[in-house]
Amino acid sequence: MSAVLRAQALGKKYKQRWALRDCDLDIPAGRVVGLVGPNGAGKSTLLNLASGLLTPTAGTIEVCGGRPAAGVDQLAKVGFVAQDTPTYASLSVADHLDLGRHLNPTWDDALARDRIRRLGLDPKQRAGKLSGGQRAQLALTLGIAKRPQLLILDEPVAALDPLARREFMQDLMEAVAEHEMSVVLSSHLVSDVERACDYVIVLVDSRVQVTGDIEDLVASHHRLTGPRRDPDTLPTGLHILSASHTERQTTLLVRTDTAVHDPGWTVSPLGLEDIILAHMTRPADAVRDSRPALEVLR
Amino acid sequence: MIWLTWRQFRTQAAVMFAVVAGFAVLLAVTGPQLADLYESGGSSLVDQLSSTDQTLYYTGLTVVFAVPAVIGMFWGAPLISRELETGTHRLVWNQSITRTRWFAAKLGVGALAAMTASGLVSLAVTWWSGPIDRAVDNGGGTETYLARLDPLAFAARGIVPVGYAAFAFVLGVTLGLVIHRTLPAMATTLAVYTAVQVAVPLWVRSHLAASSRTTVPIGSGTPIGIREEGREIAVPLEQPGAWLTSEQTLNAAGRPSSPPASFADCLQPASGPPSMERIDRCVADLGERGYQQQLTYHPAGNFWPLQWAETGLYLGLALALAGFCAWWLRRRLT
Repeated sequence: MSAVLRAQALGKKYKQRWALRDCDLDIPAGRVVGLVGPNGAGKSTLLNLASGLLTPTAGTIEVCGGRPAAGVDQLAKVGFVAQDTPTYASLSVADHLDLGRHLNPTWDDALARDRIRRLGLDPKQRAGKLSGGQRAQLALTLGIAKRPQLLILDEPVAALDPLARREFMQDLMEAVAEHEMSVVLSSHLVSDVERACDYVIVLVDSRVQVTGDIEDLVASHHRLTGPRRDPDTLPTGLHILSASHTERQTTLLVRTDTAVHDPGWTVSPLGLEDIILAHMTRPADAVRDSRPALEVLR
Repeated sequence: MIWLTWRQFRTQAAVMFAVVAGFAVLLAVTGPQLADLYESGGSSLVDQLSSTDQTLYYTGLTVVFAVPAVIGMFWGAPLISRELETGTHRLVWNQSITRTRWFAAKLGVGALAAMTASGLVSLAVTWWSGPIDRAVDNGGGTETYLARLDPLAFAARGIVPVGYAAFAFVLGVTLGLVIHRTLPAMATTLAVYTAVQVAVPLWVRSHLAASSRTTVPIGSGTPIGIREEGREIAVPLEQPGAWLTSEQTLNAAGRPSSPPASFADCLQPASGPPSMERIDRCVADLGERGYQQQLTYHPAGNFWPLQWAETGLYLGLALALAGFCAWWLRRRLT
């Protein structure tokens, strides 16, 4: 399938600071992509670039085969639920649906009304009076009823309590399954991503740290435990993400494309959270080039 | 997009148009009686006006002055700054509509409503004041009632308020867009608009149409104002309805000059203030030495040329600001 989002050497600079740089991405269509990283890592910047709210300082970005927000057709292809899920406080829920209907040629009014009814929102209620969770649901409804090819959500659940969070994600996943769209959503919580996504991008310190299919990532990352030894003696093809030693034991988190057959190691699988955390805590220098990384570890 | 613009704008619009309509009704009720007075009394109308009429006359001026400023502050400044402040621009810019069209609809609807409101209120006030203005232009002028060309009255008559409203609105929009925050944008709008409204009559308006010039001889009996202890004199322009923009004393050779030192000396007797006879003698002496006063002015007939030119100027400014906003939206807010 073709790429739904493609970035090449993408960068965005605010005044003196690079919020995102050297970003290369090629995300296949039909995926639910989780964008994770600590606060301030550049997640919002990347998503705002994808939605066309921002324009790149360097490099290019292409979404659904076109430049973001280049025209009405391009705008119709991409739904965007912005951070803090903004809505017009003085407009009612029904007004928001009218807004969507008037401003989107591809608007699915039946879908929108059905969702509002199912969510139990009062159409006459002003958006300013809704709870955070309800507001997020309203913003999501606007995004979905536009029937986009790609739906982008920037920290949609950040302000919600755990229960509302779970409900929102569940509802999102049902909508995605029903309407066959690609999704990119950001979160600083790995658990959100683990539950909903099948593809992940880890962004740390304004750079893409790791990206790929979650199943592949889980299959290629292992924890190796064994008697203490120098990591240098490992076979080639293993990338060490972290190493910790006790008096007699060495524990390594590694990435490898081949199976580890060394009987000296006990190989155990790693959860997504461990994998992402390992990539996040990798020293910044190690990311740019793998050779200096090994020097650091020595 | 027109739908959303209207939905967001209707409350503000309703308030403004209700006020304008209420005031127009008040004028419509009291206006015919003024027309009757002018019909019967002509220029002597101004002497027969009651204090209520005077209050209405000045209320009219104030309202026409205030409407564009209020529009700039309360319609213009929040138009985009409120969206930026509450983040709703991120919602609306991700619907299937380009920023430029979104902006054009908001600006177009707002500017049209602004021009209509201001135009209506000016129409009502111009109509109501019509008999008084005609009486003043025909020589019935007093201290209280101003000629239409007087800078104060000019801005509250005819079509210039339409230009003011368009400019004030777009100015508010522009400042809101650049400042991003509603309250500071409102305050700045008021300050900048007021500054422009002061600067234009002071330095710009008199150049917008060809002015006339007349030279008045100075002699015994010439009503004359003396300033700066005789180093500057002023002579009234005996033309009802005209707007005097500048005056200059000319010497016997016809060159601009201040009155001679002898004139100032003549006015400074050894003891006490100069008597009326003495002043008259000094003025007569000044005239005999060949001094004259040159007056530059706009005759009453320049009212409409000046109105059109100034309206055009403000509409031009509004258009330029709108273009700047469109550029800023596409290039700077990214």
